[in-house]
Amino acid sequence: MSNTEAKEAPYKPTSPNSKLDFASIWEYDPAPQDSDFAEINERYDLFIDGKFVKPSKGRYFKSTNPATEEVITEFAEATQKDVDKAVKAARKAFEGEWSRISAKERGKYIFRIARMIQEQAREFSVLESMDGGKPIRESRDVDIPLVAAYFFYYAGWADKLEYAFPGKEPKPYGVCGQIIPWNFPMLMLAWKIAPALATGNTVVLKPAETTSLTALKFAELIKDCGLPDGVVNIVTGAGQTGAEIVNHKDIDKIAFTGSTKVGKLIQSSLAGNDKKYTLELGGKGAMLIFEDAPIDQAVEGIINAIYFNQGHVCCAGSRLLVQEGIADKVIQKLQDRLATLIVGDPLDKNTDVGAINSKEQFETVNKYLELGVEEGADIFQSKCEIPDNGYFIRPTLFTNVSQSNRVVQEEIFGPVLTVQTFRTADEGVEKANNTPYGLANGVWTDKGSKIFKVGSKMRSGVIWANTYNKFDPTSPFGGYKESGVGREGGMHGLAAYIKN
Amino acid sequence: MKYPDFNQTVPIDEIGVNERVARLNSRSIKKSSKVQALKLALSMIDHTTLEGSDSPGKVRQLCKKAKQPYPAMPDLPKVAAVCVYPRLVSVAKEELSGTEIHVASVATSFPSGQAPLSHRLDDTRFAVSEGADEIDMVISRGAFLNGEFNLVFDEIAAVKEACGEAHLKVILETGELLTLENVRKASDIAMHAGADFIKTSTGKVTPAATQPVTLVMLEAIRDFYYETDKMIGMKPAGGIRTAKQAIQYLVLVKETLGAAWLNNNYFRFGASSLTNDILMQIVKQETGQYQSLNYFSND
Repeated sequence: MSNTEAKEAPYKPTSPNSKLDFASIWEYDPAPQDSDFAEINERYDLFIDGKFVKPSKGRYFKSTNPATEEVITEFAEATQKDVDKAVKAARKAFEGEWSRISAKERGKYIFRIARMIQEQAREFSVLESMDGGKPIRESRDVDIPLVAAYFFYYAGWADKLEYAFPGKEPKPYGVCGQIIPWNFPMLMLAWKIAPALATGNTVVLKPAETTSLTALKFAELIKDCGLPDGVVNIVTGAGQTGAEIVNHKDIDKIAFTGSTKVGKLIQSSLAGNDKKYTLELGGKGAMLIFEDAPIDQAVEGIINAIYFNQGHVCCAGSRLLVQEGIADKVIQKLQDRLATLIVGDPLDKNTDVGAINSKEQFETVNKYLELGVEEGADIFQSKCEIPDNGYFIRPTLFTNVSQSNRVVQEEIFGPVLTVQTFRTADEGVEKANNTPYGLANGVWTDKGSKIFKVGSKMRSGVIWANTYNKFDPTSPFGGYKESGVGREGGMHGLAAYIKN
Repeated sequence: MKYPDFNQTVPIDEIGVNERVARLNSRSIKKSSKVQALKLALSMIDHTTLEGSDSPGKVRQLCKKAKQPYPAMPDLPKVAAVCVYPRLVSVAKEELSGTEIHVASVATSFPSGQAPLSHRLDDTRFAVSEGADEIDMVISRGAFLNGEFNLVFDEIAAVKEACGEAHLKVILETGELLTLENVRKASDIAMHAGADFIKTSTGKVTPAATQPVTLVMLEAIRDFYYETDKMIGMKPAGGIRTAKQAIQYLVLVKETLGAAWLNNNYFRFGASSLTNDILMQIVKQETGQYQSLNYFSND
């Protein structure tokens, strides 16, 4: 036998076609969430020192609804002068009233914020969906309830810090500059502001330029809740505004969530100075599904892992690794499940997958779809109807890909799943770890010991077992390798705002 | 046909099943899709009476209701079948002659099945000879829980043979099987042994039909269809009392098995009080007002 013959041919899943017909005789009528009650101003100013103020250069930029491409409002562009004003206000508040009040009083303010978010939950949900394109089912059932939960959780810690850090006298840093992304605008705001306030810091926060609406709605809430002026300042703008925050001399700590590319820029501009920082960056999460897994539930978990929030999730499970014996079965089930995903109007209560957040991201994802096909991958997309206007992309599967494909290596940040196979647990783990990222991975197996054995070998901050994309305020979150520095959430999240 | 090894267990994650059900329950069914669903559900009902006190008179009333659920709306769909004990099959058969409504009969010493197999087969043959179009049998849960899977399989196959032309629905009595993995296993055994339908419950044991159990059974039907190309029907029974619940079940079917199963050849509700709640909802959709239950006959 020659050497070439002895080599095993690489396994190639056959991607069977579905036999089931989901283009049903019974269709759901549109079930739009009422949105008339949600108030949107024609334009929004900057929120500095407890007041809404005009930007110093008087420039505003437009914000569009990605599902309709219509302009919904305008945000002020904060320049260096505005950022400086915000930092001064935050410094004054830190040195003044905010440091004088008792920890218990501080906690009360945060509890009040949490309760007010619950009271206005429906409005926040609607605005989040209009501004960012995510389905109302998610903003209503996931995002906003979690926002309240994070504020409640950290409110409880405010007067118990010495129990969190025994033997230490926990002290805040001072003024924190916080820059958040567009995928979970309110939730990322909560992850940043709640622990900062609980530990006694003051903040200057910049929301992403495509999704600033709910942050400014939150600014109105802050005004109404009577928090001392300057404790929370919100400045809007794009990358340049973010750079002004990062480079400002009087900021003690930077907390950033966003792309690895920008994270590296921030890290290099902070090199050699005394600013503390936490970075929560990109990911390319792998999910291992073993032959002994509960397959139907695993398929459902995979759907939640990659098509949740249109795949705009840093910890999304974007690489599926299936054990060879069940690959065909899993692919067939995934394809059938894709056929039942409803893509469309984010404000429709039945929508599963909403609009891609922005034109720019829409183009990026489409570029990757073309690239995948050019690289020779087999593409499968659900045949669902999508609206004529707006940035919509059909949920997509790439099969017949390998570790060297760019669609397998690079973070796409869209509703695109790549499917590879593995034979042994070691091979699966090796493929899972073969990435510059290390944010989140998943394991599906019925066997508890395998979860621990495989999970402990995977290099990532989060390992979900038999589920995916589950968040809880008590649990720390963060990455290995190029997925970031530091942890958010839980007690670890407090430590990121306490002087060592 | 290749039979699976029934000693192997198909793993089912209960938390995952419950989450899937919760997600499907969040579907919002409004306006014309709601009316369509209500009519569809009505056409899928096995209008049932299974009491020791059942009499020919009671069964005749039930059949009249089946034929004419709400006189003010004569165009409404009729229920799929009337389900009674074997002794009353002939009464129902006579009352429903000339209609498309089937007569279904429970058999095999319903509800416990605790009689010798020969008695259970006689029970089945009697119901069929009286004119039953469909037989609802119970499996031997004691034998199943005792690990005697081949015995359970053989008994179902024997009843299937005794059914002749009649359709066979196999009641798993999921409330006594305790785990979803057992539900899956019993479903697989029943389908491979010749069931035309698999059915959750007798209605005599709590819990009766639940959505998680139904989802697991629908997924078993899907896997069986992937493997054999054979479509098996599904019947949740017991505990489904409201139109809202019925619509939730239809969503489960639609998003698990698709359009081919959304008719009464492949999906049924075993229920007695569901009919009136659906009627009340249909009238509400047509008139904009809820009627008192006093306006609907109680049969």
